[in-house]
Amino acid sequence: MDVYRAIADPTRRAILDELVDRSGQSLFELCARLTMKHGINSSRQAITQHLDVLETAGLIRTRREGRSKLHWFEGGPLQAIAERWPISTDERTFER
Amino acid sequence: MRIHWASVMVDDQQKALRFYTETLGFKLKHNIPLGEHAWITLVSEEAPEGTELVLEPDEHPAARPFKKALVEDGIPWTGFAVDDVEAEHERLAAKGVRFVQPPTDLGTVVTAVFDDTCGNLIQIQEEKPQP
Repeated sequence: MDVYRAIADPTRRAILDELVDRSGQSLFELCARLTMKHGINSSRQAITQHLDVLETAGLIRTRREGRSKLHWFEGGPLQAIAERWPISTDERTFER
Repeated sequence: MRIHWASVMVDDQQKALRFYTETLGFKLKHNIPLGEHAWITLVSEEAPEGTELVLEPDEHPAARPFKKALVEDGIPWTGFAVDDVEAEHERLAAKGVRFVQPPTDLGTVVTAVFDDTCGNLIQIQEEKPQP
């Protein structure tokens, strides 16, 4: 799945928000944050599927630390969007 | 009916006994040799007549794959109540305890998760007073 569809879902955006808040979270911690802070009561299995979508889109990375699997936000694909459609600082853009 | 014991499945009872008493600070209540293993239970100093924690050997063939899968997803199967998660985190980290989740404010509760060195993740939690 591409990055646009990956961030189209509000639960997946909440996952990215929480990973920006703290890098290197387990599935358990993410689920706890989604439930307690966002009122998202999806099953762990459903959150795992969301994480798979985000990883396929390159928006998160996973790594083992000890015996746990942890998740990190990866902003590269979003940076590529900003480079593709740069935010103009040239005022003449609006004068035409 | 009362809740009298709860168990943690440990990979080594003697190592677990040291960690749960010397590091965490629980008190030994029973230590009855049973052949290769022992019936070991602990209590909190704050509640010596309260629920006992059993240090259960994880020898059953299903136990280790189960524990491994929980740790992989960061799931603490056992939790303890504390008055101040931040203070406990500081105290235990100073003793070399590895936290997989630092103190995290989840609104109604503050939690942290650490590795018990015996194959389990343990959550400590502090209920926050509600306005």
